[in-house]
Amino acid sequence: MIKPELTDYKRPEKLSEYPQATCYKAGHLVTKNSGWRSKRPVVNTDKCVGCFRCYMYCPDGVIFKKDGKVDIDYDFCKGCGICVKTCPITAIQMEDE
Amino acid sequence: MMSDKINARNITDNEFFYGHKACAGCGGSLAVRMALKTLGERTFIALPAGCMSAVGFNFPQLCFANNAIISTFAGTGSILTGMAAGAKALGLKDYHVLGMAGDGGTADIGIQALSGAIDRNDRVIYICYDNEAYMNTGIQKSGLTPFGARTTTTPAGKNEHGNLKNKKNMFEIVAAHDIPYAATASIAYIEDFIAKVKRASEVDGPSYIHVIAPCPTGWGIPVDETINAAKKMVDCGLWYLAEYYAGEFHLNRDPKEFTDVSEYLRCQTRFAHLTDEDIEHIVEGRDAKWAKIRREWI
Repeated sequence: MIKPELTDYKRPEKLSEYPQATCYKAGHLVTKNSGWRSKRPVVNTDKCVGCFRCYMYCPDGVIFKKDGKVDIDYDFCKGCGICVKTCPITAIQMEDE
Repeated sequence: MMSDKINARNITDNEFFYGHKACAGCGGSLAVRMALKTLGERTFIALPAGCMSAVGFNFPQLCFANNAIISTFAGTGSILTGMAAGAKALGLKDYHVLGMAGDGGTADIGIQALSGAIDRNDRVIYICYDNEAYMNTGIQKSGLTPFGARTTTTPAGKNEHGNLKNKKNMFEIVAAHDIPYAATASIAYIEDFIAKVKRASEVDGPSYIHVIAPCPTGWGIPVDETINAAKKMVDCGLWYLAEYYAGEFHLNRDPKEFTDVSEYLRCQTRFAHLTDEDIEHIVEGRDAKWAKIRREWI
């Protein structure tokens, strides 16, 4: 599966370690977005029927399919709550961090 | 034009736009994410100055998993031509050239380059994610800001109630070039948007999609209301889902009844100052537009 992933990043110390042009490798993540949220969505997997509406509407793509249902990558979830609003059967709820 | 339908079950698990720094609940980032999921890894994307380039390329945090570049603000259309020419010169096969610009980058600053790219008949896809103002720089009016909307350059006061002008009719401006394929979409109708991106990718020539992508920050809506606001806009008739191909307009969705316009407007703080007369004016504009659409496009 293709997906940008967290990578260890060492700050350049010498000039030769800087990129030579204004380009760099694709999908190179060094920071998480988890600190943005005050609430987190929690999936009730007993209730979830796997319609994947939340997966389709997540602006950050942090909801992924797992065993016919959904799970959330909390490293990058910003806690916007769109998944809660788009779930037709309220199988996702926001909980305080 | 036939396409295999992409839906929630068969869409790729790959994420090409991930870990970006867009505001929570950003509609534009959903449009970019879904366009790239539809087109796949072999897509070269160009983004001009605007939210999506600002949130996607924060060195060393680079959130596109495919080949992506920031273009000049005015040059999305021309850089797409260059990318298409480059890919052709390298003899590449099976790829897409995609540009995704905001409403300001499309309807104001980049309109000349877009017009040129359509005229050159290059095989490129241009998607305008329309959040109805220059949101990245702090909510200034663009050519696609609707009547009555409050922005920092069209403030709402006693005498003037926000933006005095109507939204530019960008979809029909593009269609007037006799482009092979153009469409309007909304992120609330995500399967429709995906199907249109797929169709655009199958066109042998330029294609244009205008997708409405609400901005919680600029529209003054809660961050979890992005999709609902986009849906209300279509359902109340202030936006329409249509296509243009083979020289004809085609309406995709013709609601029997519209939902309440004032409910759509009142849920946003950018319209909070509107009087009942202002809303009446907006409703009249909507009805005139739909009368024309139903007369000419069906």
